[in-house]
Amino acid sequence: MKISYYPGCTLRTKAKELDVTARLCAKALGVEMEEIENWQCCGAVYPMGTDEIATKLSAVRALDYAKHNGGKLLTLCSACHNVIKRTNEDMKNNADIQFRANNYLKLDEPYKGETEVLHYLEMLKSVVGFDAIKKAVVKPLNRKIGAYYGCLLLRPSPVMAFDNPENPTIIEDFIKAIGGTPVVYPFRNECCGAYVALKNAELPKQKSKKVLMSAKEKGAEEVITACPLCLYNLQTNGGDILPVKYFTELLAEALGVQA
Amino acid sequence: MTNEERVENINRLSGTDVRKCMKCGKCSGRCPAFKDMDIKPHQFVTKLGKGQIEELLESKSIWNCLSCMACVERCPRGVAPAAVIEAVRDTVVRMQGKNGIKAEEIPPIVDELIPQQLLVSAYRKYNK
Repeated sequence: MKISYYPGCTLRTKAKELDVTARLCAKALGVEMEEIENWQCCGAVYPMGTDEIATKLSAVRALDYAKHNGGKLLTLCSACHNVIKRTNEDMKNNADIQFRANNYLKLDEPYKGETEVLHYLEMLKSVVGFDAIKKAVVKPLNRKIGAYYGCLLLRPSPVMAFDNPENPTIIEDFIKAIGGTPVVYPFRNECCGAYVALKNAELPKQKSKKVLMSAKEKGAEEVITACPLCLYNLQTNGGDILPVKYFTELLAEALGVQA
Repeated sequence: MTNEERVENINRLSGTDVRKCMKCGKCSGRCPAFKDMDIKPHQFVTKLGKGQIEELLESKSIWNCLSCMACVERCPRGVAPAAVIEAVRDTVVRMQGKNGIKAEEIPPIVDELIPQQLLVSAYRKYNK
């Protein structure tokens, strides 16, 4: 099957390996990711101010494109997923934002949140199925792996509806499917320190160290994430505590596809 | 602009009803940046409710909030402390000359691994 795909700015630059491995694995699993045309950066953070419109338009454009191209929009970067999904919620349920965005965009048909936003992990779970992945694995990863969820996939949970925000299981289920042993640790849904790195460098250092120490104490040999900023903070600000990789890199390894 | 007008604007910008707060403190208890917050998330909600915004506008917390939404997730009353903090930060950075970061401060701290996502998100949060 084909699915409209929004890569986002970082996946074209510093996080190429996340994009490349995801595409190869999807292909191996029978899903063709079709990059949408003329996408623009989502802005990386969802603007919470109720009067913000211009900062949401790139997400609305991508959503409207997907509406006319299969009805689903696949995301991979946690930040893009958070921004696009929350903006979609606004376009569905916030009459003021819906009116003002459509008033500006002048689309042939107003966009009202019709597109389904799907994260790559959700696609693996609900479109491909973890059982099918298990069958496709040629090199089971016999390692202890810690899932790092961070914030953006999970919260705010009423909108993201990704998993249980306090006790998620989707990445652990993914780890089992690729033959690894998931390590559950307390700080897996705690913030890495995010963008504050540019304002208060000490804060992401403390936060990222805590996450990695927590994973290590519970026996993890490596940590996986879907977010380029989490990866950067954990690797650069967290210190040399554990290797950190994108979850798609491990999927490629297990499926035996060459990046 | 009067204090009342500014309070009203921050309330509107936040989209949250601070009067619903029952002062349980779960938001601040869950905040991963707690130690770096000179005014804590629950105090943002209380002080905005009382119209005491002068100290909020001067607060360091608006630069240290991680927008991780943990406070919003834990609130049993559906209040969004993070949205209050963002509304105050928006109010500050929308004032002339009040941007949180200067472009010339960035190159010295950029290393070769820094993702675009970090620069874009910091600019969206700290500058207008």
